[in-house]
Amino acid sequence: MIEIDTLCKSYDGVEVVRDVTLTIQPRTITVIVGTSGSGKTTLLRMINRLVEPTSGTIKLDGEDNRSLPGYELRRRIGYAIQGHGLFPHRTVGQNIATVPSLLGWSKARITARVNELLTLFQLDPAAFAPRFPHELSGGQQQRVGVARALAAEPNVLLMDEPFGALDPIIRAKAQDDLKAIQKHFGTTILLVTHDMEEAIRLADMIAVMDKGCVVQFAPPSEILTKPATDFVATLIGTSDRPFRLMSLAKVGDAVEPGSANGLAIAASMNQRDALAELLWSGRQALPVTAADGRVLGRITLEGLTARAGHSSGHPA
Amino acid sequence: MKLWWSLGLRIIVFGLLLAFLLQPYWFAPLLKPLTQNNAPAIYNQGSLLSLTLSHLQIVLIATVAATVLGVTLAILVTRKFGAEFLALSRSLVNIGQTFPPVAVLALAVPAVGFGEKPTLIALFLYGLLPIFENTLTGLTTLQPSVIEAARGAGMTGWQRLLKVELPLAFPVILGGIRLSMVISLATATIGSTVAAKTLGEVIIAGLLSNNLAFVLQGGLIVAVLAVLIYDSLSALERLMARRMGA
Amino acid sequence: MDKLGVVITALAAYALLISPFATFRANRIVPGDPVGLLNAVATPVNGLVLALLIAIALLALVKTSVIARLVASVVAIVALCLAIGLAAQHLTPEGNSYARVAPASGFWLLLFAFALMATDALTRLQPPPGVRILALLVTALGIAALLKSGSWDGLSILKEYSTRAASFWREVGTHVTLALGSLAAATVIGLPLGLLCHRIRPLRAAVLNSLNIIQTIPSIALFGLLIAPLGWIATHVPGASAVGIAGIGAAPAFVALFLYSLLPVVANTVTGLAGVPQAAVDAARGVGMTLWQRLTKIELPLAFPVILTGIRIVLVQNIGLATIAALIGGGGLGVFVFQGVGQTAMDLVLLGAVPTVAMAFAAAVLLDAIIDKVRMQA
Repeated sequence: MIEIDTLCKSYDGVEVVRDVTLTIQPRTITVIVGTSGSGKTTLLRMINRLVEPTSGTIKLDGEDNRSLPGYELRRRIGYAIQGHGLFPHRTVGQNIATVPSLLGWSKARITARVNELLTLFQLDPAAFAPRFPHELSGGQQQRVGVARALAAEPNVLLMDEPFGALDPIIRAKAQDDLKAIQKHFGTTILLVTHDMEEAIRLADMIAVMDKGCVVQFAPPSEILTKPATDFVATLIGTSDRPFRLMSLAKVGDAVEPGSANGLAIAASMNQRDALAELLWSGRQALPVTAADGRVLGRITLEGLTARAGHSSGHPA
Repeated sequence: MKLWWSLGLRIIVFGLLLAFLLQPYWFAPLLKPLTQNNAPAIYNQGSLLSLTLSHLQIVLIATVAATVLGVTLAILVTRKFGAEFLALSRSLVNIGQTFPPVAVLALAVPAVGFGEKPTLIALFLYGLLPIFENTLTGLTTLQPSVIEAARGAGMTGWQRLLKVELPLAFPVILGGIRLSMVISLATATIGSTVAAKTLGEVIIAGLLSNNLAFVLQGGLIVAVLAVLIYDSLSALERLMARRMGA
Repeated sequence: MDKLGVVITALAAYALLISPFATFRANRIVPGDPVGLLNAVATPVNGLVLALLIAIALLALVKTSVIARLVASVVAIVALCLAIGLAAQHLTPEGNSYARVAPASGFWLLLFAFALMATDALTRLQPPPGVRILALLVTALGIAALLKSGSWDGLSILKEYSTRAASFWREVGTHVTLALGSLAAATVIGLPLGLLCHRIRPLRAAVLNSLNIIQTIPSIALFGLLIAPLGWIATHVPGASAVGIAGIGAAPAFVALFLYSLLPVVANTVTGLAGVPQAAVDAARGVGMTLWQRLTKIELPLAFPVILTGIRIVLVQNIGLATIAALIGGGGLGVFVFQGVGQTAMDLVLLGAVPTVAMAFAAAVLLDAIIDKVRMQA
């Protein structure tokens, strides 16, 4: 759990973070969204004390983050940044081993951890550990960057625009991987981005920041349906709103009894993609199947459109 | 194939230099045409080998001292507590470079007397500048994201310096050392005018006795040494830089 | 408290308390006697100078405005310059033309400390190019005025000068001609050569490598090696000796300086041209410029600051290297340096070295200002 209490930061009298109070639940992904200059990165960097706050406190699992020297605190918190920041003079293996070796882990334990992480990120340890970062593709470098941040088994992982330098296709894959990794380790992730799409895709909770203040802190569905301010509404973009909302819900939640012809849709697909399938195939309804291939019912164009509306009750 | 050629060429040049230093009289017939009135073709007032070694020794001592001080100073002015000296140190380096080596050499004589010492001082001061400047460049042009990552990983200031900043700046620092050594090799010859034992002795003896063979052999040994050192340090730099994907 | 101020105050304290301000020698050759500031200058001026220097050194300790620091350091430097002149007058016995008074380590340390303070202030102020040139001019005029006024006439370096006034100016002339002439020649040849290297890739490596190798040949050797070919030309080519080509003297020095100058000019021309954005060249082609128009209207103007940097390197380097010409009878201020080293007469060394350093420094300031000006306009 991360408790941020009336946190402020000003540079030469200019307040970049104002009175931020947030409580972040353990084992969740919280995404901080805002335009550039909104103070989101400063807020993130105050958690591992790369920036010292002007006033206010931050507690990690009940313990004030100033009770340790800054560098020791940072060894306990994962940190991944845009453009990965890999050390170009060290191999992939050495890069991932950075924090474990600072903490004085045994060689065997470090090697085991490096291999475990590389495998988890679908990079063959034998092939990749001895390579240098410049010999990797952009997507691979980014994965190594996240692996390095997770190396010392931190409870908390801070990410500053971690996917900013990736092209859209690789980015979508990286986001899916991140969700899987988060489930695997149960890490509490705090991620900063300017991309609302990314926030909706990843977040359990979204904090929207504007001019140093958190203007709304809510689950994605609530941000979409009840934007607290005009700024939040602009950030969502009104025209895409129904589709974004649908992308949060699964087909399984919109199954109606009955049968239909055509290519079956998986219950785990999100509703936006299902709508696209329906429109593209020109049918009114398509069958829905469970993971084991059992037919659960059907999904209809009419049913989905009704759900897309603002007023409809929506599963969060 | 091309690699073998260039490596072979370097080995031949080095072999020739070694042969000339160990058995200079083998080459006497080549240099004879440059002499007049039956003057000796090979320097005969001392051993070329020992002059070369003494020349190299002076250059090496000066370069090592300049490296230690230059790198240390550059580290200090790039730390937080030395930051206010950064701009000033840049100006001082700029001004320092306008001092001609001969002037430094001549002005050092009254302070320390004739011999190796004024030469060492001049070479040290003159060699300090490129090393300091390059180290400064190396340490101030590091990728910000890498330094940010090092901080974020929980490295202390020392750890960042030793494990990240210096290794990354190393090729650039090496470039400064290379520059400094090549300048020193040439400048050390002037040291003979204040009685330092360097290859300048051979050249000046040639100038005084109007013996071109002396001038040529002294000059060539220094030039070949400089080319070989320049070349091997460049190769080392390229190797380091390639590892980092530059 | 100012960190640099601590260094300045420590240096000044050491210089004032421990080091001698001036050296007195009964004649040119004998070892000197150290004299402190209080004994070197007549009372009560000595007390005033001491108090002023102490005050300014203490001022350096506290954080004050940059302008105040600049003014204070300049005042200190002027006071030092006047005091050393007064010391020479005070210490030299009436009518004694053998006695020599020279600045000693204390003077140089104080000068260094306050020059450091001034440099620091100037670095912080970052004056625009015009102001820098003006400041250089004012400094030069100030030094000229001090020399003209005769207040430094008692100093040993000026006594050396007065016995060699004619040859001094002749050697200055030779020095400047060597440095500037070889630079001009290197620019005339190096610029087109750089252009060619830019256009013809295979030529680039060959030319730059050869010029690089020339740079590694020690200057005295290169000067010496040119004696033979130039001597040969002088005797075998009709009319060559009439235009001043000779085996010894200024000609080999000129050629050597020219050869050393080529590398920075050619290399910077190539770098400058390579640095011109491809988009600008494409745009120039797009609007239908000819090769020549592209070169004169786009590429050369954009590459100009870099080329100018090469010329700055050459000029400063040549002013320094021209001192070596004296070793092969080529003249220049090196004559006094090497004579001085030979006779262990420091004053004579200074007579050669100080103007050389001053010229190199002035050239660097002037060209840096011009380069900044050109960059600002670009």
